[in-house]
Amino acid sequence: MPHDDHQIPPTDRTLRVKALESLLVEKGLVDPAALDVLIDTYEHKIGPRNGARVVARAWVDAAYKERLLRDATAAIAELGYGGSQGEDMVVVENTPEIHNLVVCTLCSCYPWPVLGLPPVWYKSAPYRSRAVIDPRGVLREFGLELADDVEVRVWDSTAEVRYLVLPERPAGSERLNEEQLAAVITRDSMIGVAKVKLP
Amino acid sequence: MFAEPWQAQAFALAVKLSEQGHFTWKEWSAALASELQSATDRGEPDDGSHYYEHWLAALERLAQAKGLTNGEALAARKEAWAEAYRRTPHGKPVELGNEE
Repeated sequence: MPHDDHQIPPTDRTLRVKALESLLVEKGLVDPAALDVLIDTYEHKIGPRNGARVVARAWVDAAYKERLLRDATAAIAELGYGGSQGEDMVVVENTPEIHNLVVCTLCSCYPWPVLGLPPVWYKSAPYRSRAVIDPRGVLREFGLELADDVEVRVWDSTAEVRYLVLPERPAGSERLNEEQLAAVITRDSMIGVAKVKLP
Repeated sequence: MFAEPWQAQAFALAVKLSEQGHFTWKEWSAALASELQSATDRGEPDDGSHYYEHWLAALERLAQAKGLTNGEALAARKEAWAEAYRRTPHGKPVELGNEE
């Protein structure tokens, strides 16, 4: 029985995860140390800064951009990024005429090696359903109003193909070097719900 | 990124099991999508904040479907952990006993 000087069991969810993990560890199916390494990597090393470096490189290096649009997985690997959920990448380029938006209608497929783990809204039912039906309305809610003559293309990421948007380089950024460019590129611009702006 | 530690553990378990070939990521996505759809069908508000609960449910289900564990073992082990918390004094690490 619970007692004042003993510990109160944690939530049901915590107990369920501990149950599953301890059973799998005992069977030798997972290594707890490897789990810790993985979590540390996603909490501290992987995130949208990786994608920003890819985009910045594409903005300053035309040959790299061509490789990126032709074989995104290989071009991204050139910068040292790859692994789970980055195996089959496709990069879609925004232009003055075309705006690309990425969603995963089924669940939450997302290019982890370049963007980290998805934000909560990306995983929400409203975004997943409405991005396809009413992309302009969704973009408006993100504060992005597109002219009527801009074509909006919506890309549905899956377990097999994951999309990354190559946003437009903002006007007035000619003097910025690659590193400075990377610093202004946001996660949202690489999902396609924002444009890159200079601060 | 992870609101609570259990979310990180559940995340890592799914990734590792898939990396080690216990299921494909396509199978994982289908399992997760099915949990998300069930929640929508039940009329649960899905603003993304319950995402890892669905993730955990998908993980338990897929682990059982792949024969990595079974429902009985999960329930018994969960109770064993709860009991371990109850009998462990504050400040001591919680460990499973040998009783099960």
